Amino acid sequence: MLGKIEAIVIGGSWGGIDAVIKILSALPSDFKPTMVIALHRPKNVVNSLEGILKKYSKVPFSEPYDKEEIKLNHVYLAPSNYHLLIEKNKIFSLDVSEPVNYFRPSIDVLFESAAEVYGKFLAGILLTGANKDGGNGMKTIAGKGGFTIVQDPSTAASGIMPSAALRLIKPDFLGSVHSITELISSGKEFIWQ
Amino acid sequence: MKEGKDNKIVLLEDDQLEDLFVSLRQRYGYDFTGYAKASIKRRVQKFIDTIEMESVDLLKNQLLRDEAFFKYFLDEITVNVTEMFRDPLFFASLKKNVFPLLNTYPFIKIWDAGCSSGEELYSLAIFLDEEGLYGKSRIYATDISQRVLDKAMDGIYPIDMMKEYTGNYIHAGGKRSFSEYYTAMYGNAIFRGRLKKNVMFSAHNLAVDESFNEFNLIVCRNVLIYFNRDLQERVIELFLKSLPVFGFLALGNKETLSFSIFRDHFEEIDKAQKIYRRIN
Repeated sequence: MLGKIEAIVIGGSWGGIDAVIKILSALPSDFKPTMVIALHRPKNVVNSLEGILKKYSKVPFSEPYDKEEIKLNHVYLAPSNYHLLIEKNKIFSLDVSEPVNYFRPSIDVLFESAAEVYGKFLAGILLTGANKDGGNGMKTIAGKGGFTIVQDPSTAASGIMPSAALRLIKPDFLGSVHSITELISSGKEFIWQ
Repeated sequence: MKEGKDNKIVLLEDDQLEDLFVSLRQRYGYDFTGYAKASIKRRVQKFIDTIEMESVDLLKNQLLRDEAFFKYFLDEITVNVTEMFRDPLFFASLKKNVFPLLNTYPFIKIWDAGCSSGEELYSLAIFLDEEGLYGKSRIYATDISQRVLDKAMDGIYPIDMMKEYTGNYIHAGGKRSFSEYYTAMYGNAIFRGRLKKNVMFSAHNLAVDESFNEFNLIVCRNVLIYFNRDLQERVIELFLKSLPVFGFLALGNKETLSFSIFRDHFEEIDKAQKIYRRIN
């Protein structure tokens, strides 16, 4: 039995862009929870990921500014070359401290700070990737009573990232991007009131 | 973990952090109470984990007793990660949109606020030099940490970084060969002394210190992100006091004045690169 889900955090690396596009494309325009996505990508390149993903989202979509208030019914993308964190009063903070697990934005940094704020009202989704970022974040989400969703490594472009998470937690849901998309877009499992 | 201990992790609570910062402010005058909690808490937690401190109380006692330990703590919890020509398009925009206007002044004063170990400072100096503005410029480079200011004064960086920095420099529209600006020696790149000839280095704490001059351009990129909104307002007001009308303010590309009560004093002259100009 799931509680109300207020926010969903998503992390992915190698192959993650395609997986995120599938999820975004399926969300109805009135999808109520806040969604925050961290994807690994090269830094100091002209930033086009925001423009690419935006086209697939019927839900309002943007990269947040530092100290921006977090809205429901909005999808946020962690900006390139910053860590993205969430403050207790539900505003974003950015950080350019050292990369974590070689990456900035780091999925662990986002997930851990989101878990602190949203607790059991948070769902975390860890997708395909070729490194182990995100595993500790998923463990923190589970520890705070949040709902954990991991892409089945056998269905992932690279199974290293979901496999690393599976060594740390037993997720509440394990499946392909297709089944994850059905789970969250149908709203059947999430009792959002 | 210490021998004989189980793997007990010291978890820092919000009220412990607040109490620690209030004590440090009283003892040393450094004020972290206005820092953005999520980020600073992560840094302090990391510090506790790294040195395997056994409780938050022990950490507090040692910090209050031992000033050298406090300085070490200060360096560890403040973020000093930077690079040369970070965000090349920002430097391209500075050269295109700001330098021609600065060139109309007989004398140019620039404040690099939160200059860290100096990578941004040398990037600025290089572009001012290439545009023929360096000779009439004075750059005031300030940071909260004396240790990083010393590094900035040295202007010596690992040679391994030069490949990335050269790429950034070219992408920003640099006109020369980047290697003209440094001498490679013992695994380091030593930047040319003439680049710091017109630079004044000094310690300045944005959280507690006041305005100390008036500038044509203030560069303060990815520093405000570490502050909460109240402290950000204090610093923006400090910048406002330090800028004449038509003075420029450059922030990080994900920092905005949109949430500030002082926003109507500024116009955005490059929306993507977050370069503002004071208009009243």
